[in-house]
Amino acid sequence: MLQAAAFYILAATAVISAFMVVAARNPVRAVLFLILTFFSAAGLFVMLGAEFLAMLLVIVYVGAVAVLFLFVVMMLDVDFAALKEGFLNYLPLGGVVALALVGILSLTGVTWVVSDTAGAALQSPVPADMANAEALGAILYDRYVFFFQLAGLVLLVAMIGAIVLTLRHREGVRRQNIARQVQRTREDGVEMVDVKSGEGIG
Amino acid sequence: MLEIGLGHYLTLAAILFTIGVFGIFVNRKNVIILLMSIELILLAVNVNMVAFSAHLGDMTGQVFAMLILTVAAAEAAVGLAILVVFFRNRGDIAVEGVNLMKG
Repeated sequence: MLQAAAFYILAATAVISAFMVVAARNPVRAVLFLILTFFSAAGLFVMLGAEFLAMLLVIVYVGAVAVLFLFVVMMLDVDFAALKEGFLNYLPLGGVVALALVGILSLTGVTWVVSDTAGAALQSPVPADMANAEALGAILYDRYVFFFQLAGLVLLVAMIGAIVLTLRHREGVRRQNIARQVQRTREDGVEMVDVKSGEGIG
Repeated sequence: MLEIGLGHYLTLAAILFTIGVFGIFVNRKNVIILLMSIELILLAVNVNMVAFSAHLGDMTGQVFAMLILTVAAAEAAVGLAILVVFFRNRGDIAVEGVNLMKG
């Protein structure tokens, strides 16, 4: 009973805030609704027994990705009202595609069944005597270690890509060049002038 | 109705997925909302993965959900970087002008 109530509350919050993400007029609000969606999804993950993924969702998505979105939305000086103008034009097409998708997904939902052999095909059954994070770590660093390394590589490439894309050298900005500073000799920097008394430097 | 099973979670994931696809179609001009719609779609996939993982009692689904999370984070970072560069060059973020990036 309590479980059902929690599920329906979290699911309703997720669906409503997900809809507000795509329908919100103000992108800052859209980002905040995206955060709410991720929080409710994290709650659902806890209900499913995937506590580690729930925490990951909160830390990675709410803590990093959503804040990144928020930074970009607030730093770009965009006229967001103008961007929303095409909304009504695209609404029929979007609605048709969404309805088609609902039809396809409900067709699959009605017809699919779990195979009898599914139980025998389990790759790594949930161990009974381990917490979720421990069990996940036990197979992630063991059986799926190459996937783990690959994920790290993906993040590295993304990081380098983002830095390379956004790095720019502005003209007219004076930067410290340490090599040139070190190479400077006394002869480059100091000029000795023999000033005669009462005349000053010409 | 009160017994929460796999079907409930799959329905929720389907709804989130549909909302994400709908968002891509209606927000043609706003790349930021477009990226957020992609995040919603990936979240729906993650809900599916974790729901099946819990239903079948197999940890593999959670490992793959984690990898999807990684790819989604990387995609958001690169997408937003492209967006910032695009805004710097054009002064707006309308998707219609994106083909100018061909160079």
